[in-house]
Amino acid sequence: MADTAQARQRETTLMGMYLFLGSEIMLFGGLFAVALALRLMHPQEIVAASKHLHYGIGAANTVVLLTSSLAVALAVAAAEAGKIKGTVVGLQAGAGLGIGFLALKAVEYVSEYHERLLPALAPPEAFANPAAHLFMDLYLIATSLHAVHVTIGVGLLAGLALRVHHRSLALPRQATGVEVVGLYWHLVDVIWIFLYPVLYLVR
Amino acid sequence: MSEATAEVSYLEHGHSLKSWLLTTDHKRIAILYFLSITLFFFVGGAAAALIRIDLLTPEADLMSNEGYNRAFTLHGVIMVWFFLIPSIPNTFGNFLVPLMIGARDLAFPRLNLLSWYIYMVGGLFTIAVLVLGGVDTGWTFYTPLSSMFANGNVILAATAIFVVGFSSILTGLNFIVTVHRLRCPGMTWGRLPLFVWSIYATSLILVLATPVLSITLVLIAAERLFGIGVFNPALGGDPLLYQHLFWFYSHPAVYIMILPALGVISELVATAARKPVFGYRFVAGSSIAIAILGFLVWGHHMFVAGQSMYASAVFSFLSLAVAVPSGIKVYNWTATLYKGHIALDPPFLFAMSFIGLFVVGGMTGLILAMLAVDVHVHDTYFVVAHFHYIMVGGTVSAYFGALHYWWPKMMGRMLPLVWGRLSAIFIFLGFNLTFFPQFILGYLGMPRRYHVYPAEFQTLHVLSSAGASVLGLAYLLPFTYLLYSLRHGGKAPPNPWGATGLEWTVPSPPPQHNFHELPTVDGPPYQYPVEVDGEREAAHG
Repeated sequence: MADTAQARQRETTLMGMYLFLGSEIMLFGGLFAVALALRLMHPQEIVAASKHLHYGIGAANTVVLLTSSLAVALAVAAAEAGKIKGTVVGLQAGAGLGIGFLALKAVEYVSEYHERLLPALAPPEAFANPAAHLFMDLYLIATSLHAVHVTIGVGLLAGLALRVHHRSLALPRQATGVEVVGLYWHLVDVIWIFLYPVLYLVR
Repeated sequence: MSEATAEVSYLEHGHSLKSWLLTTDHKRIAILYFLSITLFFFVGGAAAALIRIDLLTPEADLMSNEGYNRAFTLHGVIMVWFFLIPSIPNTFGNFLVPLMIGARDLAFPRLNLLSWYIYMVGGLFTIAVLVLGGVDTGWTFYTPLSSMFANGNVILAATAIFVVGFSSILTGLNFIVTVHRLRCPGMTWGRLPLFVWSIYATSLILVLATPVLSITLVLIAAERLFGIGVFNPALGGDPLLYQHLFWFYSHPAVYIMILPALGVISELVATAARKPVFGYRFVAGSSIAIAILGFLVWGHHMFVAGQSMYASAVFSFLSLAVAVPSGIKVYNWTATLYKGHIALDPPFLFAMSFIGLFVVGGMTGLILAMLAVDVHVHDTYFVVAHFHYIMVGGTVSAYFGALHYWWPKMMGRMLPLVWGRLSAIFIFLGFNLTFFPQFILGYLGMPRRYHVYPAEFQTLHVLSSAGASVLGLAYLLPFTYLLYSLRHGGKAPPNPWGATGLEWTVPSPPPQHNFHELPTVDGPPYQYPVEVDGEREAAHG
């Protein structure tokens, strides 16, 4: 009886999280719609502008984020098996890689700032044409909105690791808590997997 | 029964302010919403009063052009996001969905409370906009006006709407999960009350459309702050893109505002007729159909904005198609009433006035969906009249109908029927006097959002303003006698209207945890007639 109540609770919580992720997809969907519109209006200029982005750093970040997703997936599995240490390590690794992602992103922003590529910080004359400026605007808004999501995710993962470590989140009974944060983290990952080609690889 | 009545009602369970502000009880949160949206209803109403007073004369004598722009913008922003969207879902939906499906609360009670706080934070931002001098872009925030030229508090207003959007998303999410997961044994999808179906359909739109508005507002703010130019043609952007993104949310938002009202009317009509709802499955399905079609018609706001002709033709066709599920509802309500034993109680009068006004609003919507006619009446008072027939004549009438119908359940007190009937009649008359002249004004060419107009329009404007004063007083009326009933109304029995539905099986007001024992449902909904042993007569004296 307790088991079925718990299973019901888990499904309820997961469903809520999936719906929230659905709304997140719609949020970024608006940005992807803007990307599509810009691309249709100014195909050549966008291709040229995209060539200025550091696709190497972007690729490295893709690897970092995918690896962190793996760590979080392992943490979820460990949490369900009731392994406290494995869960904590997995969550910490995920959070650490998330910080790594943010650090690389910061390096990228700084170098773009020096190359006078970042809108708002560079004069409009720095851009080859208005469409290139627009593309960099979109790049900045999309990646910074994504970075906000990564930051929230890192906070959630680190907080969760702390709670599991201090036993204020009992495993495996409350493994759902780990699972929903894991889902959120995977979504952050998936959004990047779409942002990366749309911004960096359209050249 | 005796055991159940011995339980403490949700109203009696703690009297401190803290017990209200930190409650996770869906019924108390519903009351919190009720109080806050009532406040915004009067703020938005005050802005409407300013508009109607200014329009009494063809000259600009009450407000400056700028002041008038700010008045109608504030009226729109407050009424849409702080009254209409949360009105029925967040008060009656919150109160009734768990009761109707036989649950003790929503799936995420704490999230529900959080939604209310987010709503209040958004509300505070709006009050700040008001205090700091308002915003003058119209509730639609069209670019490039909002991004480059408007000198009001655009960013603050956008922040208010951005914040309140999260409240909508979380509320919608909570309802969807609740309906999926917390139905009591035997409460199959085919047995759900139609109100629950409509709240479910509304929630789908809330969760899927609101985030698109959020990101659009972020882009507006970025454009204003940093001049990013996504919507600015001088910088290679496209102002039409803004309209696409805005209406992708805001047209579905129209259905967020009307669908819950349609659900309310299904309940009121069945109770009044004491008959099962005719074609239950079609009425339920039409709610979902409206929600889905609602996502596909946004382009009909842009017929004259320069979108492609072919797109316009498709949007026109799809907009006309919305009439089919809407028509199903109206015909099925009528068929439900046929040969019913109709009681002319206040909720039924509100339902009747809803149906009449909804039909007028819907039919004029068809006129607007026609490409050629829209060119003539676009952005005129014809459009203003059309959407007020749906939003005010429809949703607000349903809101007051719901308030009268479930008031005994929520507060445990009966309301004076005579006054209820009178206010339904006055609201109906005041409404028509206000808005019917606007159809004629618009058809004759009076554009919306202007406060200086040719003298020949004055008669119709004066009629409209006269109607608005009747309507304003008629809206105040229920608040006086409902407050009076809290102290002096007779005690409400569990089922004063002789209605079906689980919410009427528990005491009025319901106990804190709704059901002493979770109920089991073993038959279809709306199994009329209900035997209540002359309870209805006893209740109403």
